[in-house]
Formats: sequence, structure tokens, C-alpha cells
Amino acid sequence: MWQWFHKLGSPKWFFGIATRFMPWLLAGGLLLLAAGLTWGLAFAPEDYLQGNSYRIIFIHVPSAFLAQSIYISMAVAAVVTLVWRMKLADVFVKAIAPVGLVFTFLSLFTGAVWGKPTWGTWWVWDARLTSMLILLFLYGGVIALDRAINDEKSAARAVAVLVLVGVVNIPIIKYSVDWWNTLHQPATFKLTEKPTMPMEMWLPLLLSVLGLYLLFGWLTCIRMKTEILIREQRTRWVRELVMAGGK
Amino acid sequence: MHPIRKKRLTIVLFLVAGLAIAVGLTTYALRQNINLFYDPSQIAAGEVPVDVRIRAGGMVEEGSVVRDPDSLKVEFRVTDFSASVPMEYVGILPDLFAEGQGVVAMGRMDANGRFIADQVLAKHDEQYMPPEVAEALERASKGQHKAADAEKAAESAAY
Amino acid sequence: MAFDSFSAFIIMEGHGPYVWACYAVFAVLVAGLMIWSVKRHQSVMDACQRRYVHDAKNSGRPAQKASATFTRVEISQD
Repeated sequence: MWQWFHKLGSPKWFFGIATRFMPWLLAGGLLLLAAGLTWGLAFAPEDYLQGNSYRIIFIHVPSAFLAQSIYISMAVAAVVTLVWRMKLADVFVKAIAPVGLVFTFLSLFTGAVWGKPTWGTWWVWDARLTSMLILLFLYGGVIALDRAINDEKSAARAVAVLVLVGVVNIPIIKYSVDWWNTLHQPATFKLTEKPTMPMEMWLPLLLSVLGLYLLFGWLTCIRMKTEILIREQRTRWVRELVMAGGK
Repeated sequence: MHPIRKKRLTIVLFLVAGLAIAVGLTTYALRQNINLFYDPSQIAAGEVPVDVRIRAGGMVEEGSVVRDPDSLKVEFRVTDFSASVPMEYVGILPDLFAEGQGVVAMGRMDANGRFIADQVLAKHDEQYMPPEVAEALERASKGQHKAADAEKAAESAAY
Repeated sequence: MAFDSFSAFIIMEGHGPYVWACYAVFAVLVAGLMIWSVKRHQSVMDACQRRYVHDAKNSGRPAQKASATFTRVEISQD
């Protein structure tokens, strides 16, 4: 197990694996996402209460899922950075923080646009919406802090600590709708329980969620590869790789 | 594991645990401020200040909505199935406003125990279904005993 | 198909602007993120390549003037 762990820490090994997986992640992600969204937009039945505005769920829920998953994975990488000083973990955090920012923004935006026709307001300061806004600021803070510190090692540690401090926000987001009175309803899409919607609504949602996860995998690969190139440009293997045309 | 790494891991775990406890205690202490609205039970128990802007939320009681024919004034009762509060509101209601649906209203309690709302938001639950399914469910539930029905509604309600 | 006609699909009983605005912003941001990542990867790749080619040329002539050997390889983070 430890051998595998150290292998994962090798940028060269990761670069090769990522290059091999990327076409599959891209093709699978685009396919599933296109299928899920087309199904959800045009073929899923309308909701008895909200009519067609509920179709926003097919992008709102996947975005919100990713926004939180990305942060959790960043926190795991932060522990690895702090404890094992593994360079690749820091590369990972740096590479995906902007992706997390975009998906957090998307879940807030789609939620606001969905709130207007259903709740009657764009925004309300309830616990779910506010904790999600805090997540957006955390992503912004991580990106800003990383750019503010020039020294690579200090930046890695400072960012890791900030990420870990922010991770307490994640259970707050998840359980806010159960712990407090909120305008936001409890979770629809739960992996552990029976879905609260019929199959013809749940399946397109599942496809969109899976598709977006695969696309995120692809984004992670390409962005980490870029970061590795920048950091390892003085090594021989990068030199040989670049001169061979990146293959 | 290397002893230095073990030490670092311990520090990291203590950091996160300490932080979680701190945040947990803070949010617990502030729980009334984090709650978006007061329940009808809390209002009935007199936990709510009079003439202070607050939010109140619950289900619109079946058969309680009275619309003024000459204006946009609406009167209705909001319930959490153990207490209910009369509300009045002048203005356009959200599309999802209906008897048996959740609402969150912003406004003040007057001296007579009525809630004067200046904004009404609709709250819906996490159940989604096609219209035909909803109709079928409604038809099925009409045949059942009323009390059992209300109990079921109270359980599934996410007002 | 849950809609009777194409125009019904666009209008969505009045909810069209909300639904389509969300899907448009989603598509633009996700596509933008992907294109930006690919372009950045490409530009880093090119910069490295230029640097290596330059280094290879210069290694034969160590007595190069300092002002002429400057090649920018630091890639901006955005």
C-alpha cells in the first residue's frame, strides 16, 4: 500500500497515467452530461408543483455536489501536504481550486435563478445559502493566498492550513437544512436513501452528476499536468517529454 | 509511519478537531439566529417579540385562505400541526403559494397575536413528481381517514 | 418529449428565461473552464519547448552576451 502511495507521489508516473486516462474521461463525461441534460430538459416530465422551472435541478445539484466534493478532496490533499510533504498533493490543490470556485458560483447562480420563480426571491440569508457563499469565499481565499506567497513551499503549507480550517464548513452546508429552519428544502439526491423523485426524473439527474464528475476528472488531469510542467521544467524527463511533443 | 509524520498528523488532527468543536459550539449558541424563521409553536408559546421584524414559517392551513375581493389583501393561517398563527398580507403571492404548501413570511406580530406580513416566500419540499402521479396520490389519500392524512402530511412536510 | 412543440420547449410555460439562463451560464462557464485549461497547457508546453531549443543552441556557445540569452519561461498563473 505504501509503495503505491509513494508511486502516486511521483509526478512523472502521474503525468503518464493522466495522459492515458484523459481521452476516456473527456468522452465519457461529455456523453453522460449531454445525455443527462437533454433527457432532463426535453424528456423528463414536469413537476406537479413547480412546472418546468424544476429542470434547473439537473445542473444545480451536480454543480453543488462537485463544489463540495472538490473541497473535501482538497482537504484530503492538504493533510497529505502537511504530513507527508508530497508535492503532488499541493499540485492537486492548486490545480482544482479554480474549478471548485466555478462550480460553487454555478450552484449559487442557478439556485438564485431557480429561487425567483419558486420561492419568490433570488436570495435569502438562510443557513444553506449563506454557508455555500462562505464556500465561494473560501475557494477565493485559497486561490488568493497561493498567489500572494512567492515561495512554493511556504505557499503550499499556508494554503493547506487554510483549506483544513475551511473544511468545517462542509458538514455545515450538508446538514444546514436539517439542523436549522431554512427556506432551502432538504436534499433530493442522496446516495444512501431512496430517491425522492420518480426514476424518469432521477436517472437524468444521476447521468448529469456522473458526467460532471468525469469532466472534473479530465479537468484535474490537464490542470495538474500543466502545473507539473511548470514545476518540473528543469528535470530531464520533462525535457525529453516536451521535445518529443508531449507524448 | 515515520515518527515526524506521526507527530504532524497528530497536530493536523488536533487542529481540525479543535476547530470543529469551536465552530460547533458557536453555531449551537447562535442557533436561534441561524434559524431563518420562527415556528407557529414558538409564536404561540410567546417566544416571539411583538412589533419586531421577524420571519415566521409553516404550512398554510387547508381552507384558511380568505382573499379580499377588492384588494390584494389575503388572510390565512400558518400551522405546524401543533399550533397555528393568523397572518395577513397585502401584495402578490408567489406562484407556489397554496393551501397545504409551506411559506416563510417576513413581518411583525401585532398586539392581537396576528402576523402582519410584508413579504411572503413559498417553501417547497424535496419531493418531485409528475402531475399525473400527484393527482393519483391525492385521489388515493382522499379515501383515507382524515387524521391519518394530516399525520402523513406533517411527517413529509418541509415547511 | 415532454413538450408539444418546439416553441413550448423554449417558453416552458413562462419559466423558459430562468431555465435557459441557467443552462447558458452553465455551458459557457464549463466550456470556458475546459478551453482555458487546454490553452494554458498548450502555452506552457510551447514555452518549455522554446526554452529547451534555446538552451540547446546556446550550450555550444557559452560566451554569449548576457543580454541576448534572456528567455522568459515563467508562465503567468492566469
